[in-house]
Amino acid sequence: MACIEARGLRKTFGSTVALDGVDLRVEEGRILGLIGPNGAGKTTALNAILGLIPYDGELRVLGRDPWTAREQLMCDVAFIADVAVLPRWIRVTQALDYVAGVHPRFDRAKAEGFLAKTDIRPASKVRELSKGMVTQLHLALVMAIDAKLLILDEPTLGLDILYRKQFYDSLLNDYFDRSRTILVTTHQVDEIQDVLTDFAFLKRGRIVFESSMEQFESRYLELMVNQDRADAARALGPIHERQLFGRSVLLFDGADRQQLAPLGDVRTPSIADLFVAVVGGASK
Amino acid sequence: MKTRAMFWSIRRELWETRSIAIAPVAVAAVVVFGFLVSTFAGSHAAQTTEMSRPYDFASILLMGVMFLVSIFYCLDALNGERRDRSILFWKSLPVSDLTTVLSKLAIPMVVLPVVSWVATVATQFIMLVMRGSGAPWGEVAGSWPMILYHLLTVHSLYYAPIFAWLLLVSAWARRMPFLWAFLPIAAVAIVERIAFRSSYFAHMLGARISGDMEMKGAPMLGYFMPLDFFLKPGLWIGFAIAAVFIAIAVRLRRLHGPI
Repeated sequence: MACIEARGLRKTFGSTVALDGVDLRVEEGRILGLIGPNGAGKTTALNAILGLIPYDGELRVLGRDPWTAREQLMCDVAFIADVAVLPRWIRVTQALDYVAGVHPRFDRAKAEGFLAKTDIRPASKVRELSKGMVTQLHLALVMAIDAKLLILDEPTLGLDILYRKQFYDSLLNDYFDRSRTILVTTHQVDEIQDVLTDFAFLKRGRIVFESSMEQFESRYLELMVNQDRADAARALGPIHERQLFGRSVLLFDGADRQQLAPLGDVRTPSIADLFVAVVGGASK
Repeated sequence: MKTRAMFWSIRRELWETRSIAIAPVAVAAVVVFGFLVSTFAGSHAAQTTEMSRPYDFASILLMGVMFLVSIFYCLDALNGERRDRSILFWKSLPVSDLTTVLSKLAIPMVVLPVVSWVATVATQFIMLVMRGSGAPWGEVAGSWPMILYHLLTVHSLYYAPIFAWLLLVSAWARRMPFLWAFLPIAAVAIVERIAFRSSYFAHMLGARISGDMEMKGAPMLGYFMPLDFFLKPGLWIGFAIAAVFIAIAVRLRRLHGPI
C-alpha cells in the first residue's frame, strides 16, 4: 500500500485553481521533496493530505480519506506547518504534558531527551524562546511521535543556517528509518538535496516533473563549455542553457558522459538547476 | 481515549485562560478589602437589619464577573487559535473538532460555575471570620447549597444557548467577534420594535439571562424547584438551539484554517 496516493486531486478557491489534477504516489520509506514556486499549490496539497481542507478527486493517506478521518489519521501522521504554530502562551512542560495526554504514540522520555540537547529550559514559555528554539521544540515533539508519515511545510523558513543544518541532521540521524515516510516542501532546495530520496516539481497546481534521486543522478548531466565550443555542445540537444562567467552551462537529459567530456567540464547538476530548467524555462 | 482527549483539552483551556483563576481572586480581594474598611469605619451598625446583605453582594458580584469572563472566553475560544495560527498545531494531533468545541463549551458550563461557587464560599467564609462574634454563620452558610444549585441550573444549563451562540460567532467571525455576537441581536430587537411595536425578542433574552424566574416573583437564590426547572419548555428549547449552534461551530472549525 502506498503511503500517499492522489489521483486527479483538485482544489479551487473561488475562481482560483490551487490544485489542477495532481497525481502523486509516495511509497513507504521515501523522503519526497515537493518543490515549487510560491503559489504553486504546495501548501494546499499538504493541507488536503492532512485533512485540513475538503478537495475533489481521489486521495488516500495511509489507506484513509483524510477529510473524513482526520482524527484517526493524526495518530499516524505528524506535521510541522511552519515555525509559528506553537501557541505562544504554552510552557515547554505543558506542551509535553498535552501531547503525551492526547497522543497514544508519543514517547515523552524521547522528547525530553531531544530537548536536553538544546538550550531550551522546560519552564520557558514559547513566547520567550527564539525562533530557532521554537522549531527545535516542535521538532522534538514531532520526532517523539511514532508516526508513519511526517509532513513538513517549509519547516526551516526564517531560520539561520546553523539551525537549518541541525534540523535536517537530527531528522535523518534520530528519526528517519525505512519504515517512515517524510514529505517536505521547501524553497531551500539545495539544503535538502542530500536528504531526499525523491522529488517532484509543482507548478500552477500540477506536478510537472517527478523523479527519484538515483534516476535523476543517472539521467542528468551538466556541461560547462567555453563559447568556442558552445555550438558543438548545443548540437547535442541540451534541455536548458544558462550563462555563467562568460561560459555556457548546458543541461542534458540522458546524454552520454563520454560524448560531453571532451567539450568541457561535466558534472551532476543540482535539483535547483533542473528546477530552473523545467519550471522556470517552461514559463516562457 | 475520547475522555483523555477531553480531559487534556480542558486542561489546556485552563492553562491558556488565566482569567478563570485571576478574576474570582481579584473580585474576592476587592470585596474582602471593602468589607475590612467597613469594619473599621463601623458601618456595620447600619446593616444590622439586613445582616446578610454584604454577603449576598459578594456572591452576586462574583456571578456577574464570572458571566463576563464566560462571554469573553467564548468569543475568543475559537477565534484566538485561528488568529495566532496555533489551530494548525492543535489540528496536527488526534483530537476531533467535536471534542475541541465541547471542551471549550465545558469551560463556561462546568468549570466557571464551580469556580464561582468555590470563590463565593471562600469569600463569604473570610468575611464571616472577619466579622467575628455575631456573624450570621447559619444564614450565610445555609445559602451555599442554593448558590451551587443556582449556578449549575441557571448559569450553566439555562445559559447553554448563549454560550453556544458566542462559540458559533467565535468560529465564524474573522475579526471583531464581539460586534458580530451582539449587533445581530440588537438588530433583531430594533427591527421588531419598529416593525411590530413589540419587544418579545428583548423580553425573551431578558428572561433567558434571568433564568426565567423573576416573573414568578421568587427571589433568585431562594428558588429551589428542580422539577419545575427541568420541565420548563424554555430549558429544552434552549438545549435544542444550543445543539444546532454547536454543530455549526464544529463544522466551521473543521473548515476554517488560520486567519
